[in-house]
Amino acid sequence: MAQTERQRDTPDTQVQISDEIRKTTCYMCACRCGIDVHLKNGTPVYIEGSRDHPVNRGVLCAKGAAGLKQVTSPARLRAPLRRTGPRGSGAFEEISWEEALETAVSWLAPLRESAPEKLAFFTGRDQSQSLTGWWAQQFGTPNYAAHGGFCSVNMAAAGIYTLGGSFWEFGTPDWEHAELLLLFGVAEDHDSNPLKRGLARLKARGARVVSINPVRSGYSAIADDWLGITPGSDGLLVLSLVHELLRAGRIDLDFLARFTNAPVLIDCDPKSPDYGLFLRDEAGAPLVIDARNGRPAPWDGEGVEPKLTGHLRRAGISHRTVMEMIAAQYMDRAYAPEAVAGRVGLPPERIRWLAAEIARAAFDRTPELNRPWTDFRGREHRTMPGRPVAVHAMRGVSAHSNGFQTCRAIHLLQALLGAIDTPGSFRFKPPYPKPPEAHCRPHARAVPGQPLPGPPLGYPLGPEDLAVDENGAPLRIDKAFSWEAPLAVHGMMHMVIANSAAGDPYPIDTLFLYMSNMAWNSAMNTAGTMEMLTAQDEEGGYLIPRIIYSDAYASEMVAYADLILPDTTYLERHDCISLLDRPISEPDAAADAIRWPVVAPDRDVRPFQSVLLDLGARLGLPGMSENGQPVYRDYADYLTNHERRPGIGPLAGFRMGPHGLQDGRGTPNEAQLDSYIGAGGTHAIPVPPEAAYYKPWNRAYQDWAVDSGLLDAPAPALVQLWSEPLRRFQRAAEGQGSPQPPEHLRARLAAVMTPLPVWYPPLAEMPGAAQDFPLHALTQRPMAMYHSWGSQNAWLRQLQGASPLYVSGDRWRALGLSEGDWVRVTSAHGEITVPAARMEAQNPDVVWTWNAIGKRKGAWGLSPAAPEATEGFLLNHLIPELLPPRGDGQRWSNSDPITGQAAWFDLRVRLEKCAPPSEAQPVFPPLRSPVPRPA
Amino acid sequence: MTDHPSHTHRQLGLVIDLDTCVGCQACVVSCKAWNSQSQPSPLSDQDPYGADPSGSFLNRVHGFEVAPEAGPAQLVHFPKSCLHCAEAPCVIVCPTGASYKRVEDGIVLVNEADCIGCGLCAWACPYGAREMDMAEGVMKKCTLCVDRIYNERLPEADREPACVRSCPAGARHFGDLSDPESAVSLLVEARGGMDLMPEQGTRPANKYLPPRPRDAWQGEVDVLAPWLEPVAEEPKGLLGWIDRTLARL
Repeated sequence: MAQTERQRDTPDTQVQISDEIRKTTCYMCACRCGIDVHLKNGTPVYIEGSRDHPVNRGVLCAKGAAGLKQVTSPARLRAPLRRTGPRGSGAFEEISWEEALETAVSWLAPLRESAPEKLAFFTGRDQSQSLTGWWAQQFGTPNYAAHGGFCSVNMAAAGIYTLGGSFWEFGTPDWEHAELLLLFGVAEDHDSNPLKRGLARLKARGARVVSINPVRSGYSAIADDWLGITPGSDGLLVLSLVHELLRAGRIDLDFLARFTNAPVLIDCDPKSPDYGLFLRDEAGAPLVIDARNGRPAPWDGEGVEPKLTGHLRRAGISHRTVMEMIAAQYMDRAYAPEAVAGRVGLPPERIRWLAAEIARAAFDRTPELNRPWTDFRGREHRTMPGRPVAVHAMRGVSAHSNGFQTCRAIHLLQALLGAIDTPGSFRFKPPYPKPPEAHCRPHARAVPGQPLPGPPLGYPLGPEDLAVDENGAPLRIDKAFSWEAPLAVHGMMHMVIANSAAGDPYPIDTLFLYMSNMAWNSAMNTAGTMEMLTAQDEEGGYLIPRIIYSDAYASEMVAYADLILPDTTYLERHDCISLLDRPISEPDAAADAIRWPVVAPDRDVRPFQSVLLDLGARLGLPGMSENGQPVYRDYADYLTNHERRPGIGPLAGFRMGPHGLQDGRGTPNEAQLDSYIGAGGTHAIPVPPEAAYYKPWNRAYQDWAVDSGLLDAPAPALVQLWSEPLRRFQRAAEGQGSPQPPEHLRARLAAVMTPLPVWYPPLAEMPGAAQDFPLHALTQRPMAMYHSWGSQNAWLRQLQGASPLYVSGDRWRALGLSEGDWVRVTSAHGEITVPAARMEAQNPDVVWTWNAIGKRKGAWGLSPAAPEATEGFLLNHLIPELLPPRGDGQRWSNSDPITGQAAWFDLRVRLEKCAPPSEAQPVFPPLRSPVPRPA
Repeated sequence: MTDHPSHTHRQLGLVIDLDTCVGCQACVVSCKAWNSQSQPSPLSDQDPYGADPSGSFLNRVHGFEVAPEAGPAQLVHFPKSCLHCAEAPCVIVCPTGASYKRVEDGIVLVNEADCIGCGLCAWACPYGAREMDMAEGVMKKCTLCVDRIYNERLPEADREPACVRSCPAGARHFGDLSDPESAVSLLVEARGGMDLMPEQGTRPANKYLPPRPRDAWQGEVDVLAPWLEPVAEEPKGLLGWIDRTLARL
């Protein structure tokens, strides 16, 4: 057939797929990109990234583009449900919203009047924590947190206590000026599209990326250099780098003297009651030696030039600078590359190479921005000198029981280089920096019928801020802020069910969960958790008497609740990505965003946040109910009219001022949401160029942050290389002060609550572990499902409907495995039998899998024969929430002893080849689906 | 049997950067999403919530390991869609002429009205870049978003393939590869862009930019040794060095 004839078949190049575009914010993960939702006759038909959105600038990941299938998922719940069968069976009946809400009120109102702490309210991957936390506070229960305790609280806490800001999505590498990026334990992260865009920008400029990660997946795959470290040893590697850089004098003395507490004087007399604490003046300001006159001066005194070295004797007590402590600790040969190489799993030469690469990148060619600025001591700087070494670290560091101190070690490395908020390094995104002193303390003393005097979560500065009673017993059900986890600033959701079932430290009545799959992939000891959720006392009552759950989908957790409050999908509701919570700021702008109902729900479902406000009004909670009437019509009304402090509301843009609209502070504006919608769903307040770097110490930034409502007063702060809050806890463990820890925790607290970063082996590594369980077992989520609520998505599950356990080539050959083989994986806690696959690009002593693909039969609207339910599996079955007994009469939580972070990645296992069973083991009985399954 | 045009006025195509592709699948799903709306018939899904879900995708990302002679194994993510070959075997074998290559821009398309779903083209394509749509019984393939790139209903900035617009890693570029001065041609020139399986003689339009050399370290530290030249071995020595250094400033 002739080619010319074919020309007549010209395709339609002028298609019009939609008749309207509505701009809102994605919620397929926690990245919060702007999306253009194309609608045809009111139905969403196509989703693409918004070009002018600060987060994604037009790009969109696989999850975002697959959002259409989330909105039509057969797993969507359809109406409120009341349990009719035994808990865990999945048997429900549909009820009206009025009945559902009145049921909840009939359970909650008596608790509030008698014992508010008997309500435990925990939320999952939710982004309305400034509302949910306030609701818990107004209810009066301390038992509130989101899922940060099993996510990455180690990074948040170490960052705030050290820098006043953290990695996560709250900071970013300076993509424009960095020459070297170090990634520690980052295969993917919350800020997924900005990270990908940034990596491309770095590579386009010829900058280098070094990834330290046991598995070469995700971003490690495109790194210029990959170091396949042994899991849990990152902190030791970093302190060895610190050792090498100190020996070589490759440190930024000017930065250390001006912007860190390296020159602050420490009480060095072991007999002194203030041993290890800062020397302070009468006003309480830590003292430095002023190089201008050799005399002590307050750290923030006008014009003070802090001196890095020196001694000061006062009242018979000798004081030395933090810098001297650092030199004494890390110059020790115990941190030499040769000394750590075996544990870290890298040759000493490779560690030395990395130290030298860092030194070269940091001190060879330094960017210098021509931006004059003034620091908090009033000193004027003509330029902004840079340090082009950027670091980003996340789960691979966080999910170990030494993660907090490892993250602190990384921050020490950054500070020694002068690579914190300087051009080319790590940059803060507003509202950060914000030091712990500028955050509130936790509030945990419940009073019947009363709200808590402040938010349940906060940042303790010492033992006096713990949530413990007069006898030292935990006040919270998860034992956060107790001596077991003093800095559990995100709570410990992974302990709630176990502690509730055990009535330890006290029994609760109602467990209220939102969007958190605690009966499946979000729980450690998954099988045990299901048993706890269904366990009964002698009289046949459930050990956890009542469970309320809100979710948009038929997740595994639905089957374990008594009352279901069905949520909307993300295209069907209002939301607020708030500066009070987790905004979408960039280093050069404070930015927030909204979601709004671009389509109306076609089911009898309601947005959870509106339901929560409704419950609050029905319960008469202060701020939500006034004279028996609801204060807010719904969440949209709250977003517009709620003021957390005078002039400060959930949204910072388009507020009312004396002369019209203004940013940051201002009175409520009834048209605010319309303004956001008109602006593409987002609003940004630019940071002035002279305020854009050196933020913690930059007067222009501090003033701008106050003007913008991010801070109530300037809060300049030094990088806390020596952490006084940690030292206060350690001092208590040494027997000083009040309150005092229980005896059995003294030694551990003294060992881990060190004021300088320290490395200790993961707590699960008991003697003998290496022989019985020689392999480390890890999980990660594929990029196309990272942080995504529901991998049942019709398109995404076609990309990955099951995942094998990846085994290194060395181990593969040693076990005689071949393609299609299965393995039995055993930990100290349990055993699973799963398909195996070989992978060479990973640490030889590691096995790993893509996490959370496995589903329980009957859940998520999937066929019981779905590969997710037959081949898919969870490593969670191998991970206990409590460490095995050690014969000391105590059961220790499988968590970081400082923050309570769930130590998912401490897992050790052994492998055996085995005959393939008919499906992955263990198998659980199918759940009865609360939604009709598609034919 | 269909002939190729003797000459195309332009040759549009993709340049895919294997150095920055992280395998995130954004291109795969954005392609699926756009073409589920705009193709003459949507890309279908079979058993989407069942035991064996499968559907048509015009672009897929494969991952494979590379074990170099020296240094650790590497993981390469490799996106693949129709390469819009100059010598397209799929066009030659088509018995109805449904498969054709456009003169004006070199895009290889399927005229669905003429496609009988015989599958010969998929058999002939050495890249496995065609997918039979099981619902429609017709062959589907990448159109380079011919319904976007010329579409005057779209803002000008959006007149590029959906996969290029969505790629977060900047790993996909679109342009005229027959123009040696085009941005994509210059990129191919600068980065040593390659044909996929050139021995097949298909002369594909799409080019792949190879990953930059990785893991250059071979055990040596000599070049970098000056950066770690010790100034002190003991804490006291370091403090002395700090004092001397600051005194000089």
